[in-house]
This record gives sequence, structure tokens and C-alpha cells, in this order.
Amino acid sequence: MMPGKLAKTAGFLIYAAILLILVPRLIDSYERWDLYYTLTSVALLSIASAGVWLTFFIGRINIGQAAYALIGGYVSAVMVVDHGISFWWTLPAAGLFCAVVSVFVGLPILRLRGVYFAMVTLVFTEVAKMVALALPITHGASGIVNIPLPGALEIFGFTLIPDFNTLDNSRRGFYFLSVVLMLICFLGMYRLVHSRMGRLCFSLQQNEELASSIGVNISYLRIVAYAISSFLGGIGGAIFAAISQSVYPSSFAVADSINFMLNCFLGGLGYVFGPMLGTFVLYFGWDWLFQTGKYQLLIFSSILIALMLVLPNGLLSIRLPGWKKNG
Amino acid sequence: MADVLTIDKLTRRFGGLYAVNNVSFNVAENEILSVIGPNGAGKSTLFKLIASFLRPTSGEVCFKGERISGLAPHIVARKGVVRTFQETTIFRNMSVRENVIIAHHLQSRATLFGYFMGSRNARQDEQSFGESADDILQLLNLDHVANELASNLPHGNLRALGIAIGLATNATVLLLDEPFAGMNHEETMRTVQMVQGVRDRGVTVLLVEHDMAAVMKISDRIVVLNFGEKIAEGTAAEIQHDERVIEAYLGIEDESIGL
Ligand SMILES: Nc1ncnc2c1ncn2[C@@H]1O[C@H](COP(=O)(O)OP(=O)(O)OP(=O)(O)O)[C@@H](O)[C@H]1O
Ligand SMILES: [Mg+2]
Repeated sequence: MMPGKLAKTAGFLIYAAILLILVPRLIDSYERWDLYYTLTSVALLSIASAGVWLTFFIGRINIGQAAYALIGGYVSAVMVVDHGISFWWTLPAAGLFCAVVSVFVGLPILRLRGVYFAMVTLVFTEVAKMVALALPITHGASGIVNIPLPGALEIFGFTLIPDFNTLDNSRRGFYFLSVVLMLICFLGMYRLVHSRMGRLCFSLQQNEELASSIGVNISYLRIVAYAISSFLGGIGGAIFAAISQSVYPSSFAVADSINFMLNCFLGGLGYVFGPMLGTFVLYFGWDWLFQTGKYQLLIFSSILIALMLVLPNGLLSIRLPGWKKNG
Repeated sequence: MADVLTIDKLTRRFGGLYAVNNVSFNVAENEILSVIGPNGAGKSTLFKLIASFLRPTSGEVCFKGERISGLAPHIVARKGVVRTFQETTIFRNMSVRENVIIAHHLQSRATLFGYFMGSRNARQDEQSFGESADDILQLLNLDHVANELASNLPHGNLRALGIAIGLATNATVLLLDEPFAGMNHEETMRTVQMVQGVRDRGVTVLLVEHDMAAVMKISDRIVVLNFGEKIAEGTAAEIQHDERVIEAYLGIEDESIGL
């Protein structure tokens, strides 16, 4: 038990070091600054996907995460632009706002199962867009533009994070921010899944009726999991808005909701780190297929379908000979 | 002996069908009471009503004098009335031991957040649940398969696991729906002993069962349902000689009460 734990901690630290030290070095020395943006996107999308993964974990197919990314983006943008609040406050606020919204959305719909829940969440993505178009506070179709870059984060006069305007490369700043948040997110997710709370969520996935007969408050647990999921969607969306310095009703749409879900499928629903790998492969796979021109979507979808048929449990289910099960 | 459960004029209708019709009886503390009756007599429906998985059309169920009909099932479980299922219901993708550990949920003292943070209560819970689970697995002869995936268990063991899950909830009243179904004679007799072991731990046991030999052997009292109505109630000897019971069972071709 102990050596396994040690190995896992070491593995995580090495992974963190690669992302936070090695990758930036390589990018800087090859001057491929565009990769900062790409990898930042992957990190943020995988945070939102991690939320979707958690709803899968309680046995719900969630195709509504883009709605929360959109809401998160707007909450942050409105607070920053219209009220001059520091981005660093708006970030947790965006997550919490989404969590609260998700409680009200989740209460009626979380008792639906299977394709019914999936459909309602899909519709919810569209509803979020309509609302963004209609409300005065979101400025309708023209969206919110010219969002200033995040300022400095100071605590007791101590600068924790420098003003992004003073950075010679704000993209690198966003990269570090997103990767650190992604690492925290997946660490927390790992912890959650391996705690008793994770076991309880897993019990819901397998048999809600039995879970409630052993005394589990299934509706409460479902709401908690869905709120955490939506929190993560809101965080991802808020940072996206800050990076692109804009947010529109179409910033996150049904296609994004579907992608979040595909990321989870591709990485593997049985693995906490599945959404991270899935997002990476899906994002880069799509980019890489760009050279195939008009066949891009066709080839991309064919490969996805093939992968799901060959590897129904996701990429992480591939085990090289000699690997022990349950890593 | 005090009554733990009072079932009062309980009725449940599905459309035009009275699945349970005006049924009343009491369950005394620490007894084993069996509910028998032909297929479709309303036994499972009665259990679902007692555990509040269904709402009664009329009538009520009281647990220690307090009305429990209409409460959410997890609340009823929390009060101490736990039902197992007619179909084998377990958490298939967990190990046998994990199944029993998770069923200790009602005894947990830590909050969800505490579990996440690994608080002191959480660690104590984990430890005591583990120990208690090992006890239960031993009682039900499941210790040798503790680390097997539940879905890989043979049928007889699955039933035992169902009982183990019920037992782990530390229920005051355990409702076992057909715990011996699909077992051969030897397995049944072993499980009968387990159920008696459960009772010896202070649990009141209600059971639905078709295996008459087992029912006669194990029950302190028996309630007989037919077409949703209670037609008899009493000890094994009284039931075996009841005209209406014999009639109800003779009305069915190949089912025999085993007299
Ligand atoms: N949800 C439901 N909707 C409609 N009818 C139902 C429902 N549940 C049960 N019934 C009907 O109620 C009657 C009693 O069913 P129940 O399952 O309680 O019988 P049972 O005594 O447990 O039978 P068995 O011995 O076969 O398990 C049956 O006629 C059944 O078809
Ligand atoms: Mg039944």
C-alpha cells in the first residue's frame, strides 16, 4: 500500500514538473508560442470535462457542460467589465454561481435517467445561449468584448500572481494558471473518487434503488456531484473568457457540450484521469487532421467511432503487457 | 413483547388491481415473521410499502409508533427499516467486501467533506466499517470470496451477499424478499442458519419466501396473502391446518404448501 502511494505521488510530481518546467522550456526554445494557447485550451477543456466525467460517475450522461462554461464566462466578464472587480475574485464567483444554478436545474432533472437526462441537458445548452442573447446584462448578440487581462493578485500586500499586462507573454501566464488549476482539479477529483464519497457516487451509478435502501440520500448526493461538475465548467469558461478577452452567446455551444462528453468517453469512463487524456488526444487529433481539408470531420468521426468500438472502456484501458491492473 | 411494526389497513392499488388490500398485522420485536402466498399475491408490494418504496393508496405503516409511510426510502432506512430485493441486487462492480462496507453508510459519522479531506472521523469510520464488514462476511460464510468482484459470485453466494448488505445497515427490521430463491436444499439450510444468526444479533426479520420447508422451520409466525388480502396469520402449525390457506394453495396447479 505505502510503496504504491509513494509511486503515485512521485508519478504525479514528475508529471507536474514536465508540464510546468520542461514544456515551457521547450516551447520557449523553439519559439512555438502558439502551443501555449493550444495547451492552455486543452487544460481548461479538460477541467470542464472532468466535471462531465463526475456526472458520468453517478450514472448520468451530461451533454450540458457548455451551458455552465458559458455562464461562467459571462459571470466573470460582467463582473470584470461592468463592475471593475478583479478577475481573481470573479473566478471562484463564476464557479460558485454555476454551482448554485446547477442546484436549481438539477433538482427537477437529476431524477431522469439515461437518454432523458442527456436530452434535457443538451437542450439546456441551447437555453443558456438563448438567455445570453435575450438578457440585457449579457449585452445580447454583441457579447462582451475588450475584457481587460487579469490584474495582479495580492494578499496582504504580497503579490501572489503578477499583473498579466506586465508579463512579456500573457499566453505563458495563462498556460501556468490553467495547468496549475488542472493539476489541482484532477488531484481533487482523484481524492474524491477514492474517498468514501467516491464509493457512494459509484454505488449510485450501479444501483440507485439499492443505494437508497442502504440509507444513501441519493437525491442529495446527485445534486452535490452535479454542482461540483458545474463548478468546474464555470471555472473553465471564466478563464476562457479572460484569455480570449471576450464572450459571446455562441462562445460555448452544443458542439462543445458534445466534445466534453466525448473527451470522457475517449479517455475512459472508469479512470479519473480519462478526461485529461481524452481532451488532449481529441484536441490534437482534430488539429492534426486539419491537413485533410474537407475530409477532416469524416476521418475524425470515423476514427472516433472505431476507437469506441475497439476500446469501449477508453484509451486508458489499454494495458501494456506487464502492467498491473488498477493503476 | 413490544411491536416494532404496525401495519394498519394497508392498501395499494395499481389501476383496477388491488395488489395489497386492507392488510393489517403487527410484527413483534426480534421475531422472524414470514409472508407467504401464491405468485402475484402482493408480497413484494407489501414489502415495498413497508420500506416506503411505494406509497400506500390508503392505510399506514408505523415503526415503533411513528408513521413511516410516505417518507423517503433512505429516511425509513435511517430509522431502521431496510429491505433487500427479490431480484439479486448488489453493487456488481465492487468487491464483495466493498459492498458490505458501503452498506455501513448509515453508521457514518463523518460528512462527505470529511471523507474527502480524510478527517479523523472518516478514518475511524473506515476502520470500524472494515472490521464490522469482516465480521459479517464471516457470519455469512463469505470471507473466502471477500475480494472477488461481486458480479463473479455464484448464485448462492449472491443471496448471502444480499443478506450481508442488509445486515451491514444495522437495521432494526430487515425485510428479506425471497432470500432462498434458486438455492439447493443444502444452501437453503445454511442460509436459514444465517438468518437465525441475524436474528440472534437482535434484528427483527420479515421474510417473503416460497420454500415452505424453510418457512416452516424458521418462522415464529406466518402471514398468508392471497390476491392482496390477508387470509391467515399464525404459527406454522396453525397455518398448515387453515382451510383457506390449503384452498389458496390447492388452487394452483403445481405449487404445494408441502404438508
Ligand atoms: N408497479 C406495478 N404496476 C402495476 N402492477 C403491479 C406493479 N407491481 C406489482 N403489480 C401487480 O401487483 C400484484 C402483486 O405483485 P407482487 O410483486 O407484490 O406479487 P408477489 O406476491 O411478490 O409475487 P411473486 O411471488 O411472484 O414475487 C401482481 O398482480 C403484479 O402484477
Ligand atoms: Mg415478489
